[in-house]
Amino acid sequence: MADLSTWETLPVAGAVRPGVAPRTLTGGWRTGERPAVDVSLCVNCLLCWLYCPDSAVTLSGETFTGFDLDYCKGCGICADVCPVAAIAMVPE
Amino acid sequence: MSDVRLLTGGEAVAHAMRQVDPDVVPVYPITPQTPIIQTFAKLVADGQASTEIVNVESEHSAMSAAIGAALAGGRTMSATSSQGLALMAEVVYIAASMRAPIVMALGNRALSGPINIHCDHSDSMLIRDSGVVQLFAENAQEAYDLMVMAPRIAEDPRVLLPVLVCLDGFTITHSAEPVSLLPDDDVTRFVGPYSVPNAVLDTTSPTTQGPFAMPDYYFELRRQQAAALETALDVLEEVALDFERLSGRRNGALEAYRLEDATRALVALGSTAGTIKDVVDELRDEHELAGLLRLVSFRTFPTAAVAAALDECTHVAVLDRADSPGGTPPLHAELAAALYGSDVELTGHVYGLGGRDLHPSDVRAVFTGTPTPYLGLRGERCLV
Repeated sequence: MADLSTWETLPVAGAVRPGVAPRTLTGGWRTGERPAVDVSLCVNCLLCWLYCPDSAVTLSGETFTGFDLDYCKGCGICADVCPVAAIAMVPE
Repeated sequence: MSDVRLLTGGEAVAHAMRQVDPDVVPVYPITPQTPIIQTFAKLVADGQASTEIVNVESEHSAMSAAIGAALAGGRTMSATSSQGLALMAEVVYIAASMRAPIVMALGNRALSGPINIHCDHSDSMLIRDSGVVQLFAENAQEAYDLMVMAPRIAEDPRVLLPVLVCLDGFTITHSAEPVSLLPDDDVTRFVGPYSVPNAVLDTTSPTTQGPFAMPDYYFELRRQQAAALETALDVLEEVALDFERLSGRRNGALEAYRLEDATRALVALGSTAGTIKDVVDELRDEHELAGLLRLVSFRTFPTAAVAAALDECTHVAVLDRADSPGGTPPLHAELAAALYGSDVELTGHVYGLGGRDLHPSDVRAVFTGTPTPYLGLRGERCLV
């Protein structure tokens, strides 16, 4: 908590400027399950990347590489939309 | 040149609104506030103000629309009473936390139940801790004056909070008195242009406003809001000084009436002060050292100034026009805190609930007789 703003240094009413969302590591909101992928099954359709509400699917260029667990909230949408069942939700 | 007109307090407030000419007024009618918006709506319809009046479906919506308008960059006013404020209360807290400088007239009226339309201060006290400024007028002139001053306090960058101008229902809202109006141009210059730090419609500098705050930030944001309310007291005095230069009338945080050598003082809010002043004058004629401390600013509460004003008194009686069932009435509690450690004899008295008249004889009894905790109540008289 020591590196957080004090009441004197916070913007009035906590107004938030663009571009600061990455500072909030929302992956801490996951409650027990994270996505795991079997890359040998992945067909790189990128549906998981398209559907992820937290932009937590990582790419290298246009190639699927995995998940950014700093932001993944464990909602399971990626596993649900994966057409080849390459993604499964597993206990943390 | 002063323009003196015979106006009710409600009409006087409406004329202040005409002269301030806010951009937006979202409002829902309710007795005894209705004459304010009724008069103002006619002034707008007659082309005397350029305000967009938004006829919303409830007071909850009125305050919600007011937040949007004020933060979008438009000067915003509204008015309500009693149940309207109760319905609005949820959003009043949000307006304060989003630091929306909305000015609202409150025609003070008892909260239900039983349902009642007449004056007491239970509606104000319902939102006592919401973080808004609450200023209480004694009469129609002061209601007008405070309504002209309020935007300057609300919009000051050190404050940025809603300001409520409270006027006793019927006693002030519906009673006609001579009211001196300032020239329109003077009011325009006095309030100046409207600005907020992060107007949400400024696309060159977009912001998220009213963000979710978890345990890591909620406490800091609440403290920031409380600090702004503390500063509002200094800003009120600055604005009062400017207003005095313009009008010759001084409306500061409190009024000490014949208090300089008083040993017995009453403390009260609102129109009742008029009755008390008459009784103080009578007692002074009888060589009694009686005085009145009238609070204009209930929030922010001017604790230090109250303690200083009552420093020489031996007996202080607080008149609350709202009860706190199971506890200490709000003004009494504030005075007990302000005078803590002094050897003054402090008593508290609830009066005037639901519009019950307070007679000069009731006031005199508090000064000189056997004071009771409930003034003007039928039933057994128990000692304080």
